[in-house]
Amino acid sequence: MSTGPSSPALEHRFGQYGGQYVPETLMPALQELEREWLKARADEAYWAELRGLLRDFSGRPTPLYRARRLSEQVGRPVYLKREDLNHTGSHKLNNALGQALLARRMGKTRIIAETGAGQHGVATATVCALLGIECVVYMGVEDMRRQRPNVQRMELLGATMCPVEAGAMTLKEATSAAIRDWVTNVQGTHYVIGSVVGPAPYPALVRDLQRVIGDEARAQMLEREGRLPARVVACVGGGSNAMGIFTAFLDEQQVELVGVEAGGEGIETRRHGAPLTVGGRPGILHGSRSAVMQDEQGQIVEAHSVSAGLDYPGAGPQHAFLRDVGRARYEAVTDRQAIEAFKVLARLEGIIPALETAHALAWVLAEPAGELDLVCLSGRGDKDLAEVLGGDGA
Amino acid sequence: MSAKTASGIERIAAAFAASDRRAALMPYLMGGFPTLERSVEIGGAYVGAGVELIELGVPYSDPLADGPVIHAAGTQALAHGATLAGVLEVARTLSVSVPVVLMCYANMVLAPGAEAFVERLARTGACGLIVPDLPVGEAPEVLEACDAHGLALVPLVAPTTTPERLALIGRQARGFLYTVSVVGTTGEREALADRFAEVVARAKASTAVPVALGFGIGTPEQARMAADAGADGVIVGTRLVRAASEAPEDPAGAVSAVLEGLAAALENPPAR
Repeated sequence: MSTGPSSPALEHRFGQYGGQYVPETLMPALQELEREWLKARADEAYWAELRGLLRDFSGRPTPLYRARRLSEQVGRPVYLKREDLNHTGSHKLNNALGQALLARRMGKTRIIAETGAGQHGVATATVCALLGIECVVYMGVEDMRRQRPNVQRMELLGATMCPVEAGAMTLKEATSAAIRDWVTNVQGTHYVIGSVVGPAPYPALVRDLQRVIGDEARAQMLEREGRLPARVVACVGGGSNAMGIFTAFLDEQQVELVGVEAGGEGIETRRHGAPLTVGGRPGILHGSRSAVMQDEQGQIVEAHSVSAGLDYPGAGPQHAFLRDVGRARYEAVTDRQAIEAFKVLARLEGIIPALETAHALAWVLAEPAGELDLVCLSGRGDKDLAEVLGGDGA
Repeated sequence: MSAKTASGIERIAAAFAASDRRAALMPYLMGGFPTLERSVEIGGAYVGAGVELIELGVPYSDPLADGPVIHAAGTQALAHGATLAGVLEVARTLSVSVPVVLMCYANMVLAPGAEAFVERLARTGACGLIVPDLPVGEAPEVLEACDAHGLALVPLVAPTTTPERLALIGRQARGFLYTVSVVGTTGEREALADRFAEVVARAKASTAVPVALGFGIGTPEQARMAADAGADGVIVGTRLVRAASEAPEDPAGAVSAVLEGLAAALENPPAR
């Protein structure tokens, strides 16, 4: 089991990426958050409580599963790290639990979150119910339509839903709305950001809380196979499940790291969510500098993906850094490939993955070469049935 | 004073010094809203009202510091084809008559590189730059470029700003110190003037440049109370953007009426 990271400081920047591009109003809150996280991270009592909740409430450690029929199909062993078996159905609970405990230490009485697919919103609403903290979730109206079951779950859990109607009414606008709420209510509110994005210290904080995925998987893989995986594959929207599983392998140069972005209708159509794959000039979105989809003037452009959780024009700054230094590579698969993989995994393994996760699986299915793959099965796909099978309840 | 030879920083200082109001009147204009032509007309109405300085906003896709009214105006401006080049032409036109400070989000400033952006801005005759999501300490190359071109990089301070940061920001302020009156985004609010005195006094103690109060100031009464609190300038944004959007036939007339009320509230000696 993870005992938490040991490095002494928090990164503000990853090479040229990261930083704190926020209204001055938020700067003291970010400084407080960093101070408190450094204290909590060094406090065994904090970890003891978090570990207890991860075990007894969330069900960790999650299994490492050798996907037999999938392995036969691709001609190499494929292991799935089963984050879908977390309580609430995705890796998002790891971060939400850790940040909510931190919020309580800071004396915050209100928690806000953004959500795309609804998995982070559900995780945050769940933790707020557990700890008795007020919860407000911002979600784009388009995402509320296509992820209806998660909206119902959040409401049942007692969260206040704030529908966001600006722009394309998806994750980018939900995140902007959550940041504006935080600017207005910063004194009593903690913003539980859901991915390794946002101003420092969030990318490092969320990574620290998600690295339990990779720490567990690494130990499980060594126990099962007696060796490290040759390759680690995860989907990337903001990139928290990917950063969480990559972190345990960053120093093992022989382990290839692959992040799979949303190719949408195809990179060439520009209707995608793949800023790391496409490259181009870095930009600033939601408080940090990273790979960003933007026009030549610096206006942020809308992403597109069938998967609400990957429908985002940015990505975490550490991912952009890992790409630039050649430590990880990033590729995109299309909506169509992801939907196909969603169905293939259901039939081959009896596991219905989230549409986000299906992008990582689609990449594995399309990749002919390889020797031992570890895939982060970041979430389950019950929420996506209507969107994939049609008749989306509209 | 000749506007042609003075630097932007000097021109702003001269505008504050020459003001015979209790506090300078500093309206915000959303460039390109509702269209580029209309925004030039609205700016012309600001000039006609004798304002000391115009804060000219560049519409942006993701304005994190703005409330719903300015956000919506920016979205509409972009939908009507507003570009940075177009807004810079507005800056060029208005700068002939009044000091203009551009308000532009960080990604657009850093997209071409700070030096290239500032050089281009300086060529319009504008006097300064406000970047609402660039806190002091982040991207120091923007301040270097502004200093090199004589433009004022105007920083913001908030009620939440710690004493340590306030001292740093006050030292780095050029032109004026944009003092955010409330914890929140831009937008009209009721009855918040009871904290003006404290907010202004704190800002003034930190800096040698004039202190302008903004965010949430929309009524003549609030403007008067900002002046009472000792503010050297009063920034009014959302109230004017709303006036323009509510009068699509004659936005210039609508903002003139609002400015008249604000100007009366700032008359010296006070007209009580």
